[in-house]
Amino acid sequence: MNVALFVTCLTDTFFPRAGEAVVRVLRHYGCQVSFPAAQTCCGQPAYNSGFHNEARRLAAHLVDVFTAHPCDCIVTPSASCAAMVQHHGPELLAGDPHRAAAAQAVAGRTFEFGRFLRERLQVDIAAALQWREPVTFHYPCHARDSYSPAELQAWLTPPLCGSTNSGAPLRLPLHVDQCCGFGGLFSVDYPEVSGAMLAEKLDGLAATGARLVVCNEAACALQLAGGAHRRGLPLRFQHLAECLAEALGLMEPEA
Amino acid sequence: MSGGLQDRMAAATRDKRVIGAIRLATWRKVEKRETALASLPHADDLRARAAQIRRHTIEHLPRYLGQFAERVAAAGGHVHFAANAAVACQIITKLAAARTLRLAVKSKSMTSEEIHLNAALEAQGVQVVETDLGEFIVQIDRDRPSHIITPIIHKDRKQVAEAMVRELGCEYSEDPQVLSMIARHHLRDIFRRCDLGISGVNFGIAESGTLCLITNEGNGRLTTTRPRVHVALMGIEKVIPRLTDLPVFLKLISRASGGQAMSVYTTLITGPRKPSDRDGPEELHVVIMDNGRSGILNGPAAEVLNCIRCGACLNACPVYRNTGGHAYDSVYPGPIGALITPLLFGPAHAELPRASSLCGACKVACPVNIDIPALLVRLRHLSRGQQPWSKRLLMQLWSRAMSSPTLYRWGQYLLRGIVADDGTGWATRGPGPLGAWTTQRDLLRPAARSFRERWREELRDDA
Repeated sequence: MNVALFVTCLTDTFFPRAGEAVVRVLRHYGCQVSFPAAQTCCGQPAYNSGFHNEARRLAAHLVDVFTAHPCDCIVTPSASCAAMVQHHGPELLAGDPHRAAAAQAVAGRTFEFGRFLRERLQVDIAAALQWREPVTFHYPCHARDSYSPAELQAWLTPPLCGSTNSGAPLRLPLHVDQCCGFGGLFSVDYPEVSGAMLAEKLDGLAATGARLVVCNEAACALQLAGGAHRRGLPLRFQHLAECLAEALGLMEPEA
Repeated sequence: MSGGLQDRMAAATRDKRVIGAIRLATWRKVEKRETALASLPHADDLRARAAQIRRHTIEHLPRYLGQFAERVAAAGGHVHFAANAAVACQIITKLAAARTLRLAVKSKSMTSEEIHLNAALEAQGVQVVETDLGEFIVQIDRDRPSHIITPIIHKDRKQVAEAMVRELGCEYSEDPQVLSMIARHHLRDIFRRCDLGISGVNFGIAESGTLCLITNEGNGRLTTTRPRVHVALMGIEKVIPRLTDLPVFLKLISRASGGQAMSVYTTLITGPRKPSDRDGPEELHVVIMDNGRSGILNGPAAEVLNCIRCGACLNACPVYRNTGGHAYDSVYPGPIGALITPLLFGPAHAELPRASSLCGACKVACPVNIDIPALLVRLRHLSRGQQPWSKRLLMQLWSRAMSSPTLYRWGQYLLRGIVADDGTGWATRGPGPLGAWTTQRDLLRPAARSFRERWREELRDDA
């Protein structure tokens, strides 16, 4: 299958290792992977802030880039950018005679990474994973458009875990689908409220005792990792793609 | 409360006592709601049905309101239409004056909070006593409700006990049962002497002119039967078509509110006391109030009128949980309040829809499937002109830069340059708008090599 990557601006800038892991895992499962270099941002920060003309400009750019780039599917490591492309891109471009149909076509071909592995490649993610340590996860709110907390939980629970462990290493935080408080410009406009939400979320993750947090969203990871670092909490954040790439021997474990 | 919304919310997060009480109470309600809905067969179908009934009603509101008014009158009630808060207050104060009513009991009603009815009545010499226990505490504490269902969600037992000792002169106790009995004893005496009863309306049933009231303490039933005059105040959106629609909502509303299968008291009132009745008011007045609602009806956020005021979205909302209701500076706080408040009370509240991370917990909780996050974004769009010029300019520049791959790459380099490098990979103070961000958390430095650089240099060819 021919897959074009939509890496998203935050993954590109802050978490390139997650993007690299996506490439390696997709290739491992037989995909031809390409990266249209003209891609930038999906426009979500502007869209969510109500600046829809500005968001429309970026949505149009994204649609142009991926329309000019022939592929079977578009895969992105970010659940919220996937939701943006799938739902709000077509909405923003509905009145654009040149792009309305193209926006629908791009939306129809776009998949969040985990959803793509399960649905299009029929990969049993749980079977491919090997945990060397207890693990917990952060469920990004915008993933609701791609998968439920229960689905993510099922993806992360191998039938038998790594040889060094006995028993399931997955430790769910209390209130699994609680928001981390990022919310794009919300975290800049309301830093204290965002900080209070972050503290509540981190307390929940830390209480699991696991140090590795699976987080399929660069924005949440930026917020959570930043909060954990400020508080000195020993939490590490990895994208599901990184966990898979390590388990499949495609990447060295992170130092 | 002084200061803008951002200041109020920031200050609210620092009040550890209040936030502690609210976090505890809201999480408990969320868990109870989830359990109660999980045990309800076909809960999703029921919610879809409820949403459909609400949508249908709102689309045909004039027809159902007309029918409702007609049937209330046919049942012997008096119907009044109030275009706004001032008119509604005037109708009720005049009613009281004409009949020399001096002591009013009130069942909890957000609509009456909305129009400041107590103050209007008291200005005319009518004493008003709140009879919902939480609302009663709010009243004797000269406070404001901070939740549409649980007015004193922000108070702990100690604060309740202190207020009761101060105002009622009772012995100090933190035992909820003891406190309830003291309030009950006090209120029973009021009920014996009152001559006016004021209530809200949860649902007005068009086909029969029936008022449905939902309470947990029986105070609503006493308020609407004991005084010789009962005035019910309802917003125009509270109507539903048929009596057979009511169970759909009754099954959902208390489960969504706090996990009860049913509220303890569900009261249906059709007309005033009849000769064969043993109790009930001699006169029943229904004040049907617009107060900005018809403006919403014809606007881009008409869906908010589907709201049945269960409070589930408040409990589910992490912003509400960490700030409490007072920070919203509105009778209607939380996610639904962030929509209703600017729509009803104007552009002074235009910032409210921005005080949300758009996490969608409210949408999951809403028993009538209102897409609250989508409406928040819509209102943000409509009020974008009120944002500071600097932010608008920044957004424009940002979107122009980001739609050019070259400028995007330069931006990446620039960011790498301006996020201070102290050798740890983290910045404790971000540049520009990121300064606010780093008051709460450290900022990860942009990676030394972006994904696109890795792609160009090695990944592209290793297939």
